[in-house]
Amino acid sequence: MRWLQCREVTELYSESMDRSLPVGQRLSLWAHFSICKWCTLYKRQLQFIRLALRQNPDRLMGQEPSAGLSPEARERLKQALRQHPKQ
Amino acid sequence: MTQSPVSDPESWPDLYGDYLYRYALLRTREPNEAEEIVQETFLAALQARGRFAGQSTERSWLVGIMKHKIADHFRRTMRERLSDSMDDPGMAEGADDAFDQGGHWRRDRGFPAAWPENPGETVEKQEFWDVMRRCLGELPQRTMQAFTLREVDDVSTEQICSMLKVTPNNLWVLLHRSRKHLRRCLERHLYGQGMA
Repeated sequence: MRWLQCREVTELYSESMDRSLPVGQRLSLWAHFSICKWCTLYKRQLQFIRLALRQNPDRLMGQEPSAGLSPEARERLKQALRQHPKQ
Repeated sequence: MTQSPVSDPESWPDLYGDYLYRYALLRTREPNEAEEIVQETFLAALQARGRFAGQSTERSWLVGIMKHKIADHFRRTMRERLSDSMDDPGMAEGADDAFDQGGHWRRDRGFPAAWPENPGETVEKQEFWDVMRRCLGELPQRTMQAFTLREVDDVSTEQICSMLKVTPNNLWVLLHRSRKHLRRCLERHLYGQGMA
């Protein structure tokens, strides 16, 4: 275990969200979080962003009509379904 | 044979076309590709509808098919984009001034602020999602695709590497940069903090 800089903590914590870290690195992170309020805020905010997105995925989609399917595209899709053999 | 629980396929574009298109567009960011993916999804569903047991809604059944089509799409098109640079202008570590020379948060700017609201209230607000979309839109395309697959869709890093044709190390860099950017962008636009 070694003492980490805040910059390294942000990199390593992000990595820990994607894979399980070796125990030494986990301990280094834990030691740093126990005394650094900024990195602790950083960690909580990253966790919050992940949770908000995973629990509300549809709210990220463009809401405006221009982000939706155009009438022409809808017609093309209907045509493709009509022409395609049903079985 | 009992009647299929699936509705008339010709009604799918009206019932689900818009939702599926927005779903695909969020992940690919390319209107033509999103439309193509919706079409592939409908045609695959047409072939598979005899197997739809009606245990989920028709829409979530279609979304399940579309997730595979999106993964196929990335695997197919990313091969063609292999020469793309991994570098994201403006997002490299060198452009980052949140830390001082010693790797500590800079006291004058960049350090994380305590967000004043309760998270449950924050996610209810339309403004939060408007800002989130805007901040996500600032990411370079492949970075945004990696972020969406990981943080929204919970796809494993192994699968994302194979879909986007990046190495695990490249992916960790992309994810770290996108998380850092998004956190700071949200903070700046929602709470007016971290001006830099």
